[in-house]
Amino acid sequence: MTRLVVVSGGLSTPSSTRLLADRLTEATVAALARPVEVDVVELRDLAHPLADNLLTGFPSGALAEAVELVRRADALVVVTPVFSASYSGLFKTFFDVLEPGTLAGKPVLVGATAGTARHSLVLEHALRPLFAYLRAVVVPTAVFAASEDFADPALQQRVERAAGELAALLGVASAPAAGRPTSFEEQVASPVAFEDLLRRASTPGT
Amino acid sequence: MEQKQHTGMQLGIFTVGDVTPDPTTGRTPTEHERIKATVAIAKKAEEVGLDVFATGEHHNPPFISSAPTTTLAYIAAQTERLILSTATTLITTTDPVLIAENYAKLQHLSDGRVDLTMGRGNTGPVYPWFGKDIRQGINLAIENYALLHRLWREDVVDWEGRFRTPLQGFTSAPRPLDGVPPFVWHGSIRSPEIAEQAAYYGDGFFHNHIFWPASHTQKMVAYYRQRFEHYGHGRADQAIVGLGGQFFMRRNSQDAVREFRPYFDNAPVYGHGPSLEDFTSGTPLTVGSPQEVLERTLSFRDYVGDYQRQLFLIDHAGLPLKTVLEQLDLLGEILPDLRAGFAEGRPAHVPDAPTHASLVAAAGGARDSSVHAVDDVTGRRAEEEVSA
Repeated sequence: MTRLVVVSGGLSTPSSTRLLADRLTEATVAALARPVEVDVVELRDLAHPLADNLLTGFPSGALAEAVELVRRADALVVVTPVFSASYSGLFKTFFDVLEPGTLAGKPVLVGATAGTARHSLVLEHALRPLFAYLRAVVVPTAVFAASEDFADPALQQRVERAAGELAALLGVASAPAAGRPTSFEEQVASPVAFEDLLRRASTPGT
Repeated sequence: MEQKQHTGMQLGIFTVGDVTPDPTTGRTPTEHERIKATVAIAKKAEEVGLDVFATGEHHNPPFISSAPTTTLAYIAAQTERLILSTATTLITTTDPVLIAENYAKLQHLSDGRVDLTMGRGNTGPVYPWFGKDIRQGINLAIENYALLHRLWREDVVDWEGRFRTPLQGFTSAPRPLDGVPPFVWHGSIRSPEIAEQAAYYGDGFFHNHIFWPASHTQKMVAYYRQRFEHYGHGRADQAIVGLGGQFFMRRNSQDAVREFRPYFDNAPVYGHGPSLEDFTSGTPLTVGSPQEVLERTLSFRDYVGDYQRQLFLIDHAGLPLKTVLEQLDLLGEILPDLRAGFAEGRPAHVPDAPTHASLVAAAGGARDSSVHAVDDVTGRRAEEEVSA
């Protein structure tokens, strides 16, 4: 079973961000042509726990569940509204509180919505560098939808192209890069013997 | 009043030494007031029958907890039974030679009533003040402690490492009291490397417990226990575990919540974040009646197993001294029930936390470990100085 997790940063109900996320999800499920388990994380519902996490350092309740979903996901579809020429603060906060390494090697399809097409390069100038920094594998086609695009068949073509790229990445079974474990769960699952820690401690460059 | 030495769980308090405005009055205590209050709180801890007082260590305002051994020695001089400890000692930025000297001296002055908890410190800017880098925190903790461990156990040490200037033929003086170094705990909220370190040496592992959900504390402690067994120090359930905790008590639950809420809402670290209700359900913080604090505290065993030391944070967030002392009185009242509760069902093979007396016994008795050497600076012996 392929686990696909959708992260939607829309704030209104109904949300055009969620609408785009749903279209990307449907197209991905269709392109994969195999059983897919889809979970949707609505960041609006997590606004308070996210603010709490910034102050306490740990995710509580529903946020902890969402973080765990993302950690276990085989691939992500992430969509944000454009705020002040970038992703929304809420969207960024969610990715700020993930443990380092959570997204390493994970295929990610990025999308954004805005009231005007003049914001379309936010995907390339803000989202792609963010997910590159997080060491995710971002599919080549990023999907932007301004209000008028929802009535344009060309949007669906871009959606399907991006979904096909994500499915292709999953088809080649891109696994997280091996190496030094980074997440807490991984570290606890595979202990580093103390002798190795001691050697590493005294070795310059480590 | 006769104070008897308790066996079983060690119960006590720890302080971070923050100077925080009282949100209900807007008044900030002076450093002098806060330092004196710390001493009053420690003395009260002994008076109500607690076993341990531990102080944090910070080198930046708004804290008054620099120079921890000065504080602990002053308290030792005014108490009889209390174990003086730390929460935590900064093994990353403090020279291990100074830690070896300072705490061995404190051992002698307090007749063995001292142990330490090693921690890294999470304030990035403090590290460069001491010539260090927080990104090397784990490596510093591991290498520095390896040196400290030897300084207390070997009279003459040759040593070379990555973070400190080398030592040739160095003797840390005074030598540990009765030839037995202070017991050491290692504290970490979320670094398995530190639990691994504690397990490797057969030292104690202390989990702060107060900021994070119980499920996380459970994982860290389980990891330490499993690795303690791996390194052959005993069974996993014989590993030495300490936990933090925090409470605010009034006879009546509603009064406790009403009085504590403004302190919680404005507290350093988690203030202006989650609600008091969410935080009390998600973390070990208990705000309520003495009975509620008693029951909650006894439930910690459900997820970490029978353990050895429970410390509470009670003097933070701007709470006035009078209130803190009242909290200690209330804690003293439930202390017999806490001890009885922790003793109930505790298997005989689960050890107590090591004390100086138990470590001396395990070493086969006390021995004077004084090093009477030629002064390596002047090349003369002390007797010659006297007769000269």
